[in-house]
Amino acid sequence: MIDVSWGEQVVFYILAPIAVIGALGMVMARNAVHSALWLVLTMLSLGVFYIVQAGPFIGMVQIIVYTGAIMMLFLFVLMLVGRDASDSVIETLRGQKVAAIALGVGLGVLLGTGLYRGTVDLTPVGLAEANKNGNVQGLASLIFTKYVWAFEVTSALLISAAVGAMILAHVERRKDERIGQAAMMKERFLPGNYPGPKPGPGVYATSNSVATPAKLPDGNPAQRSISPILPLRELEPAEKADKHTLTGGHQS
Amino acid sequence: MTPMWYIVLSAILFSVGAVGVLIRRNAIVLFMCIELMLNAANLALVTFSRINGTLDGQIMAFFVMVVAAAEVVIGLAIIMLIFRTRRSASVDDANLLKY
Repeated sequence: MIDVSWGEQVVFYILAPIAVIGALGMVMARNAVHSALWLVLTMLSLGVFYIVQAGPFIGMVQIIVYTGAIMMLFLFVLMLVGRDASDSVIETLRGQKVAAIALGVGLGVLLGTGLYRGTVDLTPVGLAEANKNGNVQGLASLIFTKYVWAFEVTSALLISAAVGAMILAHVERRKDERIGQAAMMKERFLPGNYPGPKPGPGVYATSNSVATPAKLPDGNPAQRSISPILPLRELEPAEKADKHTLTGGHQS
Repeated sequence: MTPMWYIVLSAILFSVGAVGVLIRRNAIVLFMCIELMLNAANLALVTFSRINGTLDGQIMAFFVMVVAAAEVVIGLAIIMLIFRTRRSASVDDANLLKY
């Protein structure tokens, strides 16, 4: 048993609860975007743990690749699928949630206590010897000698994943399904369709939010000026009131 | 405190991710839970690397990250494809592998 440094203990006691809170928040948040943000919190604290545990390269890769690339990919897909794609609360299997939580707590207790009891007597060697020439150099000398085959296979995996994603995301359009420019113009000027561009959202002295509708000449909110996915924000009476801007602030 | 507490933390995070896979229905959130489980395994690997005094654990964590990145790309493309045809990202709705 070896005691870790005082600074590392402080980092662990602060970030470990944050990581667990992030994980729990991700599981419990109704909104998928909130789930993604909670998961980013957990991944950032894990990245700090890697750096603290003498793995600066893997910690930085964790922050750049996981929180920077993978989670942003998640957020992109969430925005494509729709922000309102939240979970239904109806249970299809009776008692599934309770059983799942009981199983999860059991798994956590079993894994945690088992691994702790199994490894607590070990003396950590520490990475000072392995990191003697620098962490990145040490990793590189292993990757390009002992793990060079796995490293090469990884490139095949990445290229096939990229090709697979392109094939999956590709939409085949037949020639007769394509709409020509002339047909599009005809459709645009059909009666019942408004040919002009949609108005932008309202910009007022008190609010320039995209959720604030612009006002039509008769004072009603213009429904087409805001995205349908945003909840409609009505102007409050104080915002609707005359601001006396035309009279230079003097009440007429 | 010993470095073993990192392993306990990774066990806790792994089981939270497993519970999430069991109780959530949104396919994207399910995917995030799988990512959390992979991250927990990575934390255990990095800690093992420190206990053993070799960098092999960190290299395995690195490969896990690469595989996770490939998996996310393909998985999210499949979710997008299912969403495009079914207008839903819930795993309860996708009970047929056709259409």
